[in-house]
Amino acid sequence: MTDQPFRFEVVIIGAGPAGLAAACAAASSGKRVALIENTPWLGGQIWRGEEAHPASPQAQKWIQDVRRSSVTVLGNTSVIAAPAEQTLLAEHPAGPREIIWEKLIVATGARELFLPFPGWVLPGVLGPGGLLGLVKNGWPIAGKKVVVAGAGPLLLAAADGLKKRGARIVSIAEQAPRAQVMRFGLQLMRHPAKIIQGLGIKKRLMGVPYRHGVWPIKAQGQERVHSVELTDGQRVWTEECDVLACAFHLVPNLELPRLFGCRVSEDFVVVDEWQSTTAENIYCAGEPTGIGGADSALIEGRIAGYAATGQSEPARALFAERRSWHQFRAGLAALVKLRPELKNLAVGETPFCRCEDVTFERVKHFSGWREAKLLTRCGMGACQGRTCGAASQFVLGWGVESVRPPVMPARISSLLIKNNRPGS
Amino acid sequence: MSDEIQVFVNGRAVAVAPGTVVAAAVAQAGETAFRRSPLGLPRGPLCGMGVCMECRVRINGQTQCRSCQTLCEMGMKIQTHD
Repeated sequence: MTDQPFRFEVVIIGAGPAGLAAACAAASSGKRVALIENTPWLGGQIWRGEEAHPASPQAQKWIQDVRRSSVTVLGNTSVIAAPAEQTLLAEHPAGPREIIWEKLIVATGARELFLPFPGWVLPGVLGPGGLLGLVKNGWPIAGKKVVVAGAGPLLLAAADGLKKRGARIVSIAEQAPRAQVMRFGLQLMRHPAKIIQGLGIKKRLMGVPYRHGVWPIKAQGQERVHSVELTDGQRVWTEECDVLACAFHLVPNLELPRLFGCRVSEDFVVVDEWQSTTAENIYCAGEPTGIGGADSALIEGRIAGYAATGQSEPARALFAERRSWHQFRAGLAALVKLRPELKNLAVGETPFCRCEDVTFERVKHFSGWREAKLLTRCGMGACQGRTCGAASQFVLGWGVESVRPPVMPARISSLLIKNNRPGS
Repeated sequence: MSDEIQVFVNGRAVAVAPGTVVAAAVAQAGETAFRRSPLGLPRGPLCGMGVCMECRVRINGQTQCRSCQTLCEMGMKIQTHD
């Protein structure tokens, strides 16, 4: 419990690649910098487990650079509201915290996109990236039969990581047609490191069926998943599995930037060349500005960290490298374009909002999010519409409405902090 | 391993490695369903990243904890289907 607010010149939200890089760059100015992270570890979701079991030299470098720097790490801390100008309200297991900033860098990363299909609510159906993260933190996977399905390069990275840890990968189903995948492969020519990484994965996954133009239509099981029906649009077949690792690439975490009033256009936070958003003194870096992966996030994070501390020359020196990663990002967006068939996977009784068990039948006729929320409780459960909201954008074409605090489920005591503080 | 952490999943002792999250300890204990949905359907972790809230359990008496983002600590009491 803290009655005195924390004060910093620069506050960064999110300790993934963008946030770590931003923290290092900002700290090099000598200013007081805080890095807020809602997990107990540094590295975000992509570099999960790196602190306990080092694997990626790149992750090690950035995590250690932050640990050795003057940056104050506020771990286990979730930002839930912005109760006043330049003020954050955050939850920590020991109690609420008020954090006051002069410059704010938002590096909230991305999450996987889940689309509803019959059986998607069964235990054992998880996102490939999320599953790999859990496995790095001790989730038992050795000997388990895993079907990996959905969209994007994360399918291969996850299959590779799971196989290394003893999973039996039954098959990998990429929804994109072959031509779409080949085009992306050609674009990688500009990024030799990515080709080498890709070839390594391909070699390690030798013997695992990898199919383009295939997607899941149904997960089957009672208490947990035991098989999945896949299709190529012509044929339908069943594959047995203990786990279905399925997601359709990534969507940015925009709840906080929206709460702070940053302009969002075409699903991403609008930033200028300094990574500055339309909200005063607020910067954004990494996936919320466009899904580009760790390398793109690192460059953007460094630029944001330098720019937020008035170091324009070192920031400018990174512009060319950022341009190159933004080309990669554009190619990635083309690769993960979802096929229209995926809009029609849910049937009437498929739960669309998982938190509140609202079926697809009950929501599909509504014209928008607000109407569905008011009349069915769709999107009003514990995840606050994070799962079904993202799905509804693709499946039903609904837009996102304004974000309201608290942006995460919070304790009542946290929300009372303002009133508890003497003089307020 | 000497540095194992003992936790209790629904009263059952489970020894996990340091760096194990609570969700993984629950899975190691053989549980597949973490909770029930409003209609009573079994649910387990979906996103693994602290977003979907499907992995919520009770930890040391505190309800609604995201088990996928919480590291195991010695003696932790974890209750599913809270």
